[in-house]
Amino acid sequence: MCIEANHSLGADMRAALDKAAETEDSPVGKHVLAQLQENLKIAEEDRIPICQDTGMAVVFADIGQDVHIEGGFIEDAINEGVRQGYTEGYLRKSVVGDPIERVNTGDNTPAIVHYRMVPGDELKLTFCPKGFGSENMSRVFMLKPADGVQGIKDAVIGAVADAGPNACPPMVVGVGIGGTFEKCALMAKRALTRSLDEPSPLPHIRALEEELLAEINKSGLGPAGLGGKTTALGLNIESCATHIAGLPVAVNICCHVNRHAVRIL
Amino acid sequence: MEYHLTSPFDEEELKKLRIGDSVYINGIIYVARDAAHKRMSEALDAGEALPFDIKGQTIYYMGPSPARPGRPIGSAGPTTAGRMDKYTPRLLDLGLKAMIGKGRRTDAVKEAIVRNGCVYFAAIGGAGALLSKAIKSSETVAYADLGAEALLKLRVEDFPVIVVADTAGGDAYRRE
Repeated sequence: MCIEANHSLGADMRAALDKAAETEDSPVGKHVLAQLQENLKIAEEDRIPICQDTGMAVVFADIGQDVHIEGGFIEDAINEGVRQGYTEGYLRKSVVGDPIERVNTGDNTPAIVHYRMVPGDELKLTFCPKGFGSENMSRVFMLKPADGVQGIKDAVIGAVADAGPNACPPMVVGVGIGGTFEKCALMAKRALTRSLDEPSPLPHIRALEEELLAEINKSGLGPAGLGGKTTALGLNIESCATHIAGLPVAVNICCHVNRHAVRIL
Repeated sequence: MEYHLTSPFDEEELKKLRIGDSVYINGIIYVARDAAHKRMSEALDAGEALPFDIKGQTIYYMGPSPARPGRPIGSAGPTTAGRMDKYTPRLLDLGLKAMIGKGRRTDAVKEAIVRNGCVYFAAIGGAGALLSKAIKSSETVAYADLGAEALLKLRVEDFPVIVVADTAGGDAYRRE
């Protein structure tokens, strides 16, 4: 899974990049997008990572409540997979064991694992290596209910503008709205794993996704931040219930290498 | 404009470059990112020499993925330059002439670029597979214990970059 995710993108990402390469009018933007298409081709043919930042290993583990895991602890198994994948796949080891002492762990472990209990008897693992050029530009905003939809729009558009060229545009933007401080951040991360051709099932959220994407692409930032109308390839929103006093909004930014691999056991 | 230039660069050639110009770099470039910059800064604080003679040289902000057997390097795209800003003006004042990275720089760095007649180039972020094709050899110069953050010396052929900060103070990321 580690190797697959780092060598090739999903069909939705490829389609979005191909479409952008056709519709972009800025000459420098067109040039950058053509190079990104060429980069994907070389990565797959030469079995070399699309980006040298092969990320911190983020794993969503959706565990069916009828599943019983035997033979060891699931998180040890996930970390062993990351260790083998990153070593055998010639992927970069980008993890330090302590945020202050900062010594590289040498095998890209530990993974960041988010567990969720779900009905059923399946175990679904979604592996999303996350690069930090874009992760560093992500934000959480604890808005007031009175800030409303306009507050949400300002937060998302402001976060993308602040990210600018640092986040390797064209980006994919994951937005979490509602919940609590940590829940909205997790929703924003999970939003990045949803296919770009699969809008929110909620009509008002879907409309907001479309409006925000159009607004971001009017900013002129463009591919590599050098100008153009392709600033974001997609924007997905996840939302949930929240408190009467709050309106949490999280913006998790991903670069054009929005990678993931899924397995159901 | 499009140029094919050799690093270390000729100062007069750097002065001709303007933001938006496409440059294909040949020759030698050094690689250093966060941890290597911290070590270089600590060496200077302690009155020690840097692990290489920085005068006239180019630093590429990058940390490659491991090379497969028989290849000089793995995926090798730029990292965000702004994280090196704390250390950069001092290196420019010591003679560093060019930098390759991606993203915005602080005013302090932009002033040091103009003051020293330097250029900041962007390579396309996330195009690590494509950029690796232009790297012909790689050797570790120092800090091997840092793994992906070691200080490297690369030989490149037609390594594609775009001028994003020039000797006249131009900034390609500025939007009116």
